[in-house]
Amino acid sequence: MENNEYTPANYKSDQPVRWCPGCGDHAILNSLHKAMAAVGVPPHKTAVISGIGCSSRLPYYMNTYGFHTIHGRAAAIATGFKVANPEMTVWQISGDGDGLAIGGNHFIHAVRRNIDINMLLFNNKIYGLTKGQYSPTSDRGFVSKSSPYGTVEDPFIPAELVFGARGNFFARSIDVELQISQEVLTAAAKHKGTSVVEILQNCVIYNNGIHNFITDREHRAERTIHLVDGEKMLFGKDNERGLVQDGFLLKAVEIGKDGYTIDDVLVHGSHTKSNFLHQQLAMMDGTDLPLAIGIIRDVESLTYNEELEHQVESVKSAKGFDSLRSMILAGETWEVK
Amino acid sequence: MLEETNVKTLEKVVVRFSGDSGDGMQLAGNIFTNVSAGIGNQVSTFPDYPAEIRAPQGSLGGVSGFQVSVGTKVHTPGDHCDVLVAMNPAALKQNYHHVKQGGVIIVDIDSFKEADLRKALFATNEPFKELDIKAQIVEVPITSLTKEALADSDLDNKSILKCRNIFALGLVCWLFDRPLESALHFLRKKFAKKPAIYEANAKVINAGYNYGANIHATVSTYRIESEPAKSGVYTDINGNTATAWGLIMASEKSGRPLFLGSYPITPATDILHELAKRKDLGVKALQMEDEIAGVCSAIGASFAGNLAVTSTSGPGLALKSEGIGLAVIAELPLVVIDVQRGGPSTGLPTKTEQTDLMQALYGRNGESPVAVVAPATPTDCFTMAFEASRIAIEHMTPVILLTDAFIGNGSSAWRIPDSDEYPEIKPPYISADKASEISWRPYTRDEKTKVRYWAIPGTEGLTHRLGGLEKDYETGAISTDPVNHERMVYTRREKIARIADDIPQLEVLGDEDADTILLGWGGTYGHLRTAAQDLCKAGRKVAFTHFRYINPLPSNTGEVLRKYKKVIVAELNTGQFADYLQAKYPDVRIERINKVQGQPFLVEEVIEGVTRIMDEK
Repeated sequence: MENNEYTPANYKSDQPVRWCPGCGDHAILNSLHKAMAAVGVPPHKTAVISGIGCSSRLPYYMNTYGFHTIHGRAAAIATGFKVANPEMTVWQISGDGDGLAIGGNHFIHAVRRNIDINMLLFNNKIYGLTKGQYSPTSDRGFVSKSSPYGTVEDPFIPAELVFGARGNFFARSIDVELQISQEVLTAAAKHKGTSVVEILQNCVIYNNGIHNFITDREHRAERTIHLVDGEKMLFGKDNERGLVQDGFLLKAVEIGKDGYTIDDVLVHGSHTKSNFLHQQLAMMDGTDLPLAIGIIRDVESLTYNEELEHQVESVKSAKGFDSLRSMILAGETWEVK
Repeated sequence: MLEETNVKTLEKVVVRFSGDSGDGMQLAGNIFTNVSAGIGNQVSTFPDYPAEIRAPQGSLGGVSGFQVSVGTKVHTPGDHCDVLVAMNPAALKQNYHHVKQGGVIIVDIDSFKEADLRKALFATNEPFKELDIKAQIVEVPITSLTKEALADSDLDNKSILKCRNIFALGLVCWLFDRPLESALHFLRKKFAKKPAIYEANAKVINAGYNYGANIHATVSTYRIESEPAKSGVYTDINGNTATAWGLIMASEKSGRPLFLGSYPITPATDILHELAKRKDLGVKALQMEDEIAGVCSAIGASFAGNLAVTSTSGPGLALKSEGIGLAVIAELPLVVIDVQRGGPSTGLPTKTEQTDLMQALYGRNGESPVAVVAPATPTDCFTMAFEASRIAIEHMTPVILLTDAFIGNGSSAWRIPDSDEYPEIKPPYISADKASEISWRPYTRDEKTKVRYWAIPGTEGLTHRLGGLEKDYETGAISTDPVNHERMVYTRREKIARIADDIPQLEVLGDEDADTILLGWGGTYGHLRTAAQDLCKAGRKVAFTHFRYINPLPSNTGEVLRKYKKVIVAELNTGQFADYLQAKYPDVRIERINKVQGQPFLVEEVIEGVTRIMDEK
């Protein structure tokens, strides 16, 4: 699929980008243009479908087929689009409010069906377009305009929902990690089935620095781990730390300390069918264990759209009707002369 | 049979089967209908079921009914029945008032024991006296005769008792001189995978038929007239199936694949069932996670280039409102089917009403006009589902098809049309060549019809973005310009108004000198037309017209209405269509006949209402 036919510019529309200066969305858009060019699906074979929210403006900035729809429903609209026109590559853009609050139901069902779309979840833990309310991913106690005394509810962890809905592709990146964003978006595009990519994104206006604990340059190396299939789970400035198994749990160790050697460090297998370890990796939050970025799970499975096509073809050929009339005539009828 | 003195010859008869919801009354009624249609009768049916799947056995709440009218000039399932079959006291109590004077009630007397009577809340042990029934009661020990007929069968007792409905069917077949061979044919199909059950039912239907022949001295039998129908191949079809098939025809005539996004809801689910089966014709029918996903998946499919449909009933239409608004502003073709039921809220889920008209016309935020059409009869659902699709595609708009529980579940004999009886549907495609020639933008439109062109995704040179935000009239880019918004609002409105140039004019039936016109819309056609005919026969000067196109109205509507001193709108709501017409034609005097009981009109109620209004000064 790699090709040189298209450049990122081929996927850019002529519309001025209207996100706030400094918004993390700009970086994600650039990564997406690059990933699309790297995958090489022509712009006219690509559709970008979004809901409502800051991130959902993205289709206007793409020179593809695009549809900026209504709040929360992009997954359902993308599902209908893909089933109706399976030749198209479909990208669906959502934020944490759009995708996990008002659109939570469509989100989990799209993942469960394993419809072949690429879902981008821009997670800034805030409602930006409505000017600063807490979202389903805001931490307990988060103070916002709609939670002046702090929230009294626990957030969703998007990955946990994806695994709960039996998802087969989950990857994570950070807006500022252009290289990793491009890598996971490319993998999402190549994965057959629902690919969910969570991108931690900074809202400079309403939630500036919400991901600082993770993204802060000084600590990023210790608080994140870039998972790569087939490679040791190493992190830290000089890859001096690693993840090892500790009973049923994971543990972060320093190589050469407490008797741990490089041989004890786990090797990442994103294609492993069991999601047991993938869930544990995805739930790491940067405190005791580093937050995982990269492709956490990437497992092939039956897709809804292909199975539907197969069923239609097999029923059609078994029955052999060439028209509505021939189908009706094969049923219960009588003739009046 | 004519020479026998106890044979009544009738233009049409009405039979009502009633029993517990598990007694198989719908099956008995359906077979009777099919057998009658097969020998050249016109048929019209009215299944009437409780909302509960299985209410307590023998209780009043669990009674299920199936009424059918067969014969000639059949436009409705009939106000009252000639014959009522009541399998238990609850069925009798719920249905005896439907029986005509001089009618016959057949009861399974084995089910009229004291305990059964108590379950149906009878105070005495004399149910017929207690209800003061004037009709002729024929007491038949249906349960014991069914058991006797199957005495040497290997079936368990429960399975044997399940054959009681077919005994009753056998008896009714004898009463109306229906050929048993045809009934056996339908039973054989129904129980194709259970030969033992078929054998048992075959025995029982014969036993019922022979029982009738043996008691014929005490009951009149009927000879029903039939008249030659237009030649062709016929099938029995209900409104929901007709709706599904009309969409398939539209798919064939437009060349766009058919997509349904839906969610189960009574009484619309049969459309989903039928289209799910039609994978054999390439239909993609998706059962989505909710009503909103139903309409949204359809909107996605429409953007992708399919003939996209969502099917629902009133509560589901409410949930789909925002989605329909998206299709309005994105100007995408979309067919929304609302099989209306009693509301508000969950209301009367299995009963019929016409109470969603205002919701269909106006139930969205913003200025959000859509086309609205409404079939008149079960078979007209085919034509109007086709029309809804044609208008949606050719005018790039959502179209709401308002059917109802009465015509959705009701059935009639239907001549299977040839494909060439329906017009080609021409999607307003834009090609890449034409696009560069006319500097096409997503909202470039045909100036005559105001219709936006349809650029099918996947085509090189036509990439574009649509969305729910207001767009610039010329460029199609997001626009918040106040004057542009107003222009777009009026353009979308004008696009719908101009559909009036593309639909048939209103036709008027009945007395030419009339100064009163009776009119209705949608599924009440059969009752209203019959009422108008009966009034004319009785010498009253009444004209009749019926609306199947609601928005826009046929272009001659004002001209027609202004001819009459009195315009009477009869509808199954508190006056929604009357209000709609009154707002459009304030100079016309509009009178109303309304009913909101979850039941269709009775012809006699309409006649009474029209007579009263005509006699008022």
